[in-house]
Formats: sequence, structure tokens, C-alpha cells
Amino acid sequence: MTALRDFLLQGAQMLLVLLLAPLLTGFVRKVKARLLRRRGPPLLQPYRDLVRLMRKDVVLAHNASWLFRVIPYLMFAGTWVAASLVPTFGSGLLFSWTADLIAIIALLGSARFFQALAGMDVGTAFGGIGSSREVMIATLAEPAILMTVFSVAMIAGSTQLSYVAEFMGSDAVGLRVSLGMAFVALIIVALAENARIPVDNPATHLELTMVHEAMVLEYSGRHLALVDLSSQLKLLLYVSLIACVFLPWGAAPAEVGPERLAFGALLYLGKLTVFGFLLALFETSIAKMRVFRIPDFLGAALMLALLATLLRFVSGGM
Amino acid sequence: MTAMGLLDHIPYTRLAPAHRPWPRAAVADEGWQTAIDRLAEGTLTLLGFWGEPAAVHMALLDEAAAEIAVVSYDCGSGSFPSVAVRHPPALRLERAIHDLFGLVPTGAADLRPWLDHHVWERPFPLGSRGARQTAAYAFLPAEGEGLHQVAVGPVHAGTIEPGHFRFTVNGEYVVRLEQWLGYTHKGVESLMRGANLEAAAKLANRTSGDSAVAYAFAFARAAEAALQVEAPPRATHLRALMAELERLANHFGDIGAICNDASFALMHAQTGVLRERTLRAADAAFGHRLMMDLVVPGGVTRDIAPEGIAAIRALFVEVRKVFPRLIELYDNTASLQDRTVTAGTVKAEYARRFGAGGYVGRASGRNFDARRTLAYAPYDGLSFEVPVLQAGDVDARVWIRIREVEQSVALIEQILHRLAPGEIRIALPAGRGECEGMALAEAFRGDVLVWLRLDGEKRVQRCHLRDASWFQWPLLEAAIEDNIIADFPLCNKSFNCAYSGVDL
Repeated sequence: MTALRDFLLQGAQMLLVLLLAPLLTGFVRKVKARLLRRRGPPLLQPYRDLVRLMRKDVVLAHNASWLFRVIPYLMFAGTWVAASLVPTFGSGLLFSWTADLIAIIALLGSARFFQALAGMDVGTAFGGIGSSREVMIATLAEPAILMTVFSVAMIAGSTQLSYVAEFMGSDAVGLRVSLGMAFVALIIVALAENARIPVDNPATHLELTMVHEAMVLEYSGRHLALVDLSSQLKLLLYVSLIACVFLPWGAAPAEVGPERLAFGALLYLGKLTVFGFLLALFETSIAKMRVFRIPDFLGAALMLALLATLLRFVSGGM
Repeated sequence: MTAMGLLDHIPYTRLAPAHRPWPRAAVADEGWQTAIDRLAEGTLTLLGFWGEPAAVHMALLDEAAAEIAVVSYDCGSGSFPSVAVRHPPALRLERAIHDLFGLVPTGAADLRPWLDHHVWERPFPLGSRGARQTAAYAFLPAEGEGLHQVAVGPVHAGTIEPGHFRFTVNGEYVVRLEQWLGYTHKGVESLMRGANLEAAAKLANRTSGDSAVAYAFAFARAAEAALQVEAPPRATHLRALMAELERLANHFGDIGAICNDASFALMHAQTGVLRERTLRAADAAFGHRLMMDLVVPGGVTRDIAPEGIAAIRALFVEVRKVFPRLIELYDNTASLQDRTVTAGTVKAEYARRFGAGGYVGRASGRNFDARRTLAYAPYDGLSFEVPVLQAGDVDARVWIRIREVEQSVALIEQILHRLAPGEIRIALPAGRGECEGMALAEAFRGDVLVWLRLDGEKRVQRCHLRDASWFQWPLLEAAIEDNIIADFPLCNKSFNCAYSGVDL
């Protein structure tokens, strides 16, 4: 009976992230449009776009390899699994105990690796530019997020997300300097990883400035739908991750009744809304930085995460 | 003749009898070479360079004395000594002359086609001579370890005009940029041939849609100069009013678009509102948002509507309220300043040598504005400042636009204040034999030059329209060197050169 319940809960979580991801993207777009005094596309537009793309024929470059065709599925699978590992409305899910933060980072890293390969597969100049920029960003973002994970894990005593979330929600934590630093570091990494301003611009039409978009320029039809859905899932994943580690209040712990779960879900939606709004506000108030400033920006994240870890060591409990 | 001073130094054989308002002199080899010498040493600025089936003409400007003269070289043999080989700013114009007329610049280092993409029905459409070889276009080489090419356009991801940009890059750094334009060639100069003044004015209007008024203004003044008439004062004031509204709309659009290319969409949205209000005010005042076909030889076709005056005044109330806040936002957003300051610098020396007009020249220390330097009616009676900066970067080009917005607002207010009742259009006199006219008008991008020759029936025999961008595009190639390729869209937008205007 417990096994069935766990299974159902995990299934609900997987479906939930899949269904919510386009909505979050649509919400951010809507808020951004409103802030710019525009009406903006409807909230549900990302779903319509996905359906439209799914229906369309795939146009492939004549020199695209089998890898190019497979990669959208790999990216989607990796990102979806990673997204369903992060506790959203409640911790104590079936998969949570089988995978930890490092596994999530590894899944995302693999997805990125394949995406960069796809960017170079067809051999267009833009794909190559995008891939090289993406990898430059990754070399700095990945160490930064790993250091963040370490500092959090050392405080919580585990890299299991469910455990971390429950620990963070308990009274044992209090206000800690190292957590604050890790929080800022994670937000910087999240902006870079999700191709948001100031690192990349998700809405740009300028081929020469793109990072993420340049890599996927050659995709069309269902391939593009999967790539887009992966990006949307990734944004949701990062928001969920920040919420679950740093704002875990309200998430349902393991073994509770349905009303507690519903409360957790409602609170989770609230957190998504707040984060989506803040993201849109931030993106509207800042210009994109020069490509060679990105290492400085991500370097700051790496240093903060490193300091957080060191501080934890030195003070033994700050 | 006021500009005899310029021709004192250039040996010429005879003066054209009916070329106004500046003199045109036929020169032989010696005079042609002297003119090239003076261009190359920098005492004169190349203002225009165009061909005819059996002659080429160069418009020269002495900036210090504000004098202009045209020198003409007779190409009976089908060739003329190359100007570009010693004065690079002439290169693209020279290649265009070769494409259109088949005249061969002797000694030229670069004879690749410019406008001709080998898709025309016949080569040399305005000349008479035969065939040309159709080799694939060869881009200039750049060699070195680790260099690779990035080809951008002519079809872009955004909705913009077509142009091809060939970058040679080392990683992110641009080693060389070469532009290849001509995709919007529509044969304006062929269509002009034999057109009556009314049709020709419409063609001039449509050379570049964003500068419709400026082109019509320059064309009308050239035709009036040729026919020795002057538009009535109310007409010239209305023309200037339209020209300044056009400048306002374009500068608003540009300021936002430049910021948008740094992904600062907020500015784009705000200036987009101002641009739209300006276009609506123009619509209310003159019945057309882009004010097309209103400025014609002899005056203007339509008087300003009373509700248009109210709309313009309402627009200015909003501009006064909103625009200072936007300037402050631009100035205080550090992330934006980080992108625009020091990006895409144009050296003052280049701006001077190329005679770059508009914000490109004025942001790099070249103090030239056709409205001031060649003060034509009604600007000779209006007071305004010409902003000039020295930095030459994207930021300076934004600031020139900001200052020009302020000046345009002040100018329109003066015009509205001084607008006296009177006629707005005079009938043109009957043709009095062949005559030639030339005029410059300051478009938002810079000076537009129009040169035309009318026959006895007031039909256009030959008309050349030279956009400011002929001398700005090459500077963009220079400005992007040593910048990174990701900064190109930003630099490009700060130039906002014309495609349609130069593809003719």
C-alpha cells in the first residue's frame, strides 16, 4: 500500500513539473510584457507553441548525424528526470532517496554536453559560437553550483534533497551567513544556466549575441518542442531547487495526509509565482553584459560558494 | 558664384552654364588628378560621386569655407582615372558607377561588383556597353592561425533589411568585417530617367522610407535650384517641421533600439511609445504617418491641420515629462553604460576623411550638419545647436541623438511660433532648356545629396540620390575591429545605416 502511494506521489510529481514548466515560462513572459507596458502573449501560449511544433514536420540539415536527431530526446529525458527529483509540494518522494543533488547536477551536465554537441553537429557558424559560449559558461557555473551544494550539504549533513529540505525547514538551522552566500551563488548560477539576462537573452533575435538559442537554431518541429520543453523544465527545476533548499516552509513532509499535500502544492504555486515575478522584474531592470564579463559574474558565484564552504569550516557552525 | 574659391585650385576647362546653386566645372586629366590629390590630402571632402553614360561627376566640399563645387570628367573612351585607389571613401560609389554604366576606373585596385549581384536582365543598365564576367563574389582574405569565417545575412533572424556581413573572427574577436549590400536594389536611378517632376518626387520619397521627408526635401530644393525658383516661406517652414518630426520619430526609435540590442527592453518599450505618438502627431498634422509625398518641387501639397498643431503640442508636453526620465534611466543604468561606453569606437580621423555625416560624424568630432554648415531655408533663420562629441563610441552616438531630440523639439516650437499665413505652393515656371540643380538636406542619418538635370520639358534626364550611409557603412567595418562579435549588433544599431538608401 505504501509502495503504491509512493509510486502515485512520484508520478504526480513528474506530471506536475511537466505540466507546470510551460506555465512558468508563460508567466515570466507575461509579467515582462506587462512591465514593458505591453499586453503580452496569453499565459498558455507556451503550451500552444509546443503543440504547434509537435504537429510540424522536422526539417533536418542534410549533413545532420544520428546524434543530432537523438539529442533532443536525451536532453528532455535528462532534464525531466532531474526536475522530478527536486521536491516540489512535498519531500519524501520515491525517487528522492535514490538520487541526490550531485546526481541532479550530473543529469543537467549531461544534457548540456549533448546540447553543445548538437550545436556543432551541423557545422553552422552560429551553432559553433553558441556551443563555445555555452561551454565557457558551464566551466564556471558547474563548479559554482557544486560548491554551493557542498556548503549546503555540510550544514544539513547530507546531499539528499529531501533530507536537506526537511532539515532546512526545521528549527535547527537559524540564520547563517554561509547559507546567505550559497543562496546568492545559486541564484547567479540559475540565471546563467537558464540563459536569462544578464548572461543570455531568451527573447533575442540577434544571431550574433545568442548563446542557448544559437545552439538550437537548426532544430525544428518536435525536436524543437522537446528542446524548448527541456529549457522550460530546467527553469522550473532551478526555481524549485531554490525554493526547496532555501524556502522549504510549507512543503509536506513524508507520510502525511492529502490535505497537507494540497497545502504544500498551493504554497509551491505561490513560491513559483513570486520567483517568476522577481525574475521578470530583474530581467527588465538590467542590460545584458558583454560576453567576456560573464566569467566575472559567474566567478563571483564561485567565490561566494567557496566562501560559504570555508566559513562553515572555519566557524564550525555559522 | 560664391564657390569659385574652391575651383581656383583645380584647373578646369569650362563651367557648366546652368548648374545651380554651386558651380560645376568640366575638368581634364590634370584637374581630375588635382581634385583627387586634394581629397587624399584631406583639404577637400568627397560629398558625392556619380556617373552618366559618358561622364563622371564628383561633388567636393571645402568644410572650412563651406564651399561646394562639382567637377566632371568626360569619359568618351569609357574609362576614367580611379578615385578610390587614392581616396578609399570613393570606393563603393566607384564600384556602383561601374555596375550601372560600365565605365571603367583605370588603375582601380578593386573592381568587384557592388550593386550588381548578377541577377539583372542585362549588365550596366544605365550605360550602353555589353557584357561582363559573372564570377562568384570574392571576399577580401584574412589569413592567420585559428581564424574562421562567420557569414551573417542577407536573411536575418529579425525583421530587418537585407545585407550580408562576412566576419573573420578569432574566437570572439573580429579580425575583419566585410559588408556586401545591394540586396534592395530597385533601380531608382533608372526609373528617374525620363520621369516628370511629379513622378520623380514620388520616387525620391521612396528611396528610403524612414527618410521620406529628407529625400523629398533635398529633391525639391534641387529641382527648385535648377528652375531658379524658391518655395514660399510658409512652405519651407512646413518642410522643416516635417523634417524635424521625422528626425524625432527616428531618433526615438533608435535610442530604444540601441538599448534593446543590449537586451534592455525597458527603454525600447518607452521610446517606442514616444515614437508612436510622434507618428500619430504627424498623421494628425499632415494626414500621413511618414509624411510621404507632401514635399514637392514648388512647396508642399498640404497645409498643417489645426488639430495637428494641437497634437504636436500635446506630444511635446509628454516628451518634456517622459524624455528627461528616460535620459536619466539611460545614464544611470550601469549595466547598459557598460555595454555602450567604449564599444565600437570610430576614430575622429576616419570620420573626417570619409566625411561621415549625421550622428556618426558628430559623435566623432566632425562638426558638420547640412542645416548649419550649408544653412538652407528655413534653417538659416532658426536658432539651434549642433551637438558634437569626441568619444566616437556607441554611447556618444546615443547622446548625439538625445541632444538632437531636444534641438528638434525646440526647432519645431520655433517653427510653430513663426509660421505666418501665406501660400504653400507656387506653380513651377515652364522649362527653359536644360538645367541642373543640386541640394543637400539633413536627414536623421546625415546629409542627403540630390543632383539632377532637367530637360527643356522639365523631365528628369539624370538624377542621383546619395544617402549619408555611403560614407558611414565603411566606418562600421573599421569600428568593429578588435571588438567582439557579440557586440556587433549593438554597434550596427548605433550606426543604423540605410540599406534601401544605398542600394538605390
